[in-house]
Amino acid sequence: MDFNDTPEEAAFRAEAHAWLAANAELRGPDDPTSSALAEIESEEELQRAKDWQKKKADAGWACITWPKEYGGRGATPIQSVIWGQEEARFRTPPNVFGIGIGMCGPTILTHGTDEQKRRWIPRLVSGEEVWCQLFSEPSAGSDLAGLRTSAVQDGDEWVVNGQKIWTTGAQLCDWGILVTRHDANVAKHAGLTYFVVDMHSAGIEIRPIHQINDGEGFNEVFFSDVRIPDANRIGEVGDGWRVAITTLMNERASIGAGNAGGGDSIMDMIKLAQEVGAFEDSDVRQRIADFYVKRKGLEYTGYRTLTALSQGRTPGPEASMGKLVGAKLMQDMGSFGMDLAGLAGSLAPSAAPADGTFQSQFLGSPGLRIAGGTDEILRNIISERVLRLPPEVRLDKEVAFRDVPTGN
Amino acid sequence: MNFDFSEDQKLLQKTVRDYLEEHAPLASAREVLETDASYSPELWKGAAELGWLGATIPEEHGGAGFGHLELCLIAEEVGRALAPIPFSSSVYLFTEAILQAGSEAQRKAHLPLLAAGDRIGTFALAEKPGCPTEDSIQATLDGDKLTGAKLAVHDGQTANAAVVAARGPEGVSLVLVDLDGDGVSRQPLDSIDGSRPQASLTFDGAAAEVLGTAGEGWALAESLLDRAAVLLAFEQLGSAQRAFEITKDFTMGRYAFGRPVASFQAVKHRLADLWCSIELARSNAYYGAWALSGDEPELAVAAPGARISATDALELAAEEMVHLHGGVGFTWEYDCHLFYRRSKTLGLALGGAREWRDKLVRRLAAQA
Repeated sequence: MDFNDTPEEAAFRAEAHAWLAANAELRGPDDPTSSALAEIESEEELQRAKDWQKKKADAGWACITWPKEYGGRGATPIQSVIWGQEEARFRTPPNVFGIGIGMCGPTILTHGTDEQKRRWIPRLVSGEEVWCQLFSEPSAGSDLAGLRTSAVQDGDEWVVNGQKIWTTGAQLCDWGILVTRHDANVAKHAGLTYFVVDMHSAGIEIRPIHQINDGEGFNEVFFSDVRIPDANRIGEVGDGWRVAITTLMNERASIGAGNAGGGDSIMDMIKLAQEVGAFEDSDVRQRIADFYVKRKGLEYTGYRTLTALSQGRTPGPEASMGKLVGAKLMQDMGSFGMDLAGLAGSLAPSAAPADGTFQSQFLGSPGLRIAGGTDEILRNIISERVLRLPPEVRLDKEVAFRDVPTGN
Repeated sequence: MNFDFSEDQKLLQKTVRDYLEEHAPLASAREVLETDASYSPELWKGAAELGWLGATIPEEHGGAGFGHLELCLIAEEVGRALAPIPFSSSVYLFTEAILQAGSEAQRKAHLPLLAAGDRIGTFALAEKPGCPTEDSIQATLDGDKLTGAKLAVHDGQTANAAVVAARGPEGVSLVLVDLDGDGVSRQPLDSIDGSRPQASLTFDGAAAEVLGTAGEGWALAESLLDRAAVLLAFEQLGSAQRAFEITKDFTMGRYAFGRPVASFQAVKHRLADLWCSIELARSNAYYGAWALSGDEPELAVAAPGARISATDALELAAEEMVHLHGGVGFTWEYDCHLFYRRSKTLGLALGGAREWRDKLVRRLAAQA
């Protein structure tokens, strides 16, 4: 039981820190904390992010767990965590590569051919190409395998028609990972095929979605006779669900990890309660204590996960807890932090006390409870895959997809 | 980064579990609950022989010379078994008090007997319902004589010695009292959990000797409560984990509407939430174990954090256990009520979660 690095970990940390210190500025105490709700909105921000990624890649500090032959460093998962901790101490541009590095890259590395890896991975590592995810549809969210975007083979190409939704940063992206239905005459999961699509292709139209929190990070993406070379198919025809699962497991791990921070907002809440004269209210202290033990419980669970990584074990579906507990906690804290401020609590984040932290949490957290698996889907994952409880009764498993009831 | 117990410590935990599975089935907690017995002497003897009672007592005083990390894991297993022994009173509180504040003479007088299980100790703080405060201590210390009364003391009926908070000319002190001596009377109390009984203690000029520094008893009591809170959190964690496992197995085996009840989302989502609560409690308890074992300054917030999280987890586990068993969960015959009773008894020992939440946030604010 000890929080110190092993000698090897300490040496790696020193090496990482030295490179960062030579190439970036340390964060100051008043720098805004990076948030799970951050969005990139300008070309200029995008270019800064690309420049930083390129700088890291040139020095071997990008995507460090990936194989060296594709631009990575061949580092261990624990080294990746150490790198992340050190990088977080420095001022860096907002990260636009989260989806590419967190989900697309690992999927291609797991299921892609050598040629596909050589084509896409090095340019993802270097930040030259930005990636997005084209999974959810208006009629396929939690029931993702019920998606309907069709892919029809035409020689050595596929023709894709349909609509995707909740695609983060689609307008900034060069490539997308896409799950399609190539066959509606077989059972739901068997009719799916997975592609990489060039986001600059003819027939792709992108429309931003105006969100509750006034952001427009998400988009609808429409496909009208978009042609994708067969060489861009990941896995076999009909293997799309298995490939998609790899992406989804990586997605939950990366969203959960993003939520584990934010411990500072507990202290912000205590300060706010003191400033507004609410701290002597016992109910206020009781609520803050509950927030604190949940927040810290998640943080210390992160240490247990790191320990497992450090010992060479691979964390599994239990990582779903981070997002399940963390997103609701953020919502509860946002709401209570606003309560503390009274009438000023309902001011916009730009005008509210405590830098609008709680208002941003209130407005942004509902999305986190849905993205990458709703609370309910995560509870299913925990109960079925961690606790091994019996799976849901399925009415759509043994029938052709075209015969599954749709309600319309 | 190594936020886990060592292989040796886990091996020790396994030997504790194996012993308790053989010698302390839930029937033994039930037996103490259903009879006039106040604990299981056979199990107590076993705990002494295996070194659990002297886990943190140095070998020179007859202990096993383990550390607090080992004691945390023993506590988890004691909780898992709902072991009907005065472990928390004697080990987490009385023994810790002697180890933390006892003079050399007091260590020599008490530690060997405690390690051997020949002396059972307890801790007596509250005098009336509600949260004890320094001002609420009215028992008086006049020279070396103690007069006053203490309410609802765990294991008060069986303990041979107690650490008692009393007010003297210097302020509140903690004193050591021989409960088998003159001037002490005990009154067993009916409690909701007869497997961990309580009694009131009345002192009328009982012989008392100061533990630590006279007048600094309240600060010492706070520090002892923090240390005990981490250990009790592990005991609560063990009980919660067991309640969860029994409940999960029951819902897998019980069929309704042609399928296991564990296959309904209304049931499995509750189990998923309970699992999360227990995992959070485990992580908070581990942090407490780290702070306790290294005497880290973080113990001031780690202890209440572990305590609150473990209390929440065990109370939820016990409630869900009764509820998810359905009607049979409400019967005397099924074991659910053993956990339900124990959850509240452990949740109130050392003060309830409400007091600990308050303590936690005041300490956080003091750090800001």
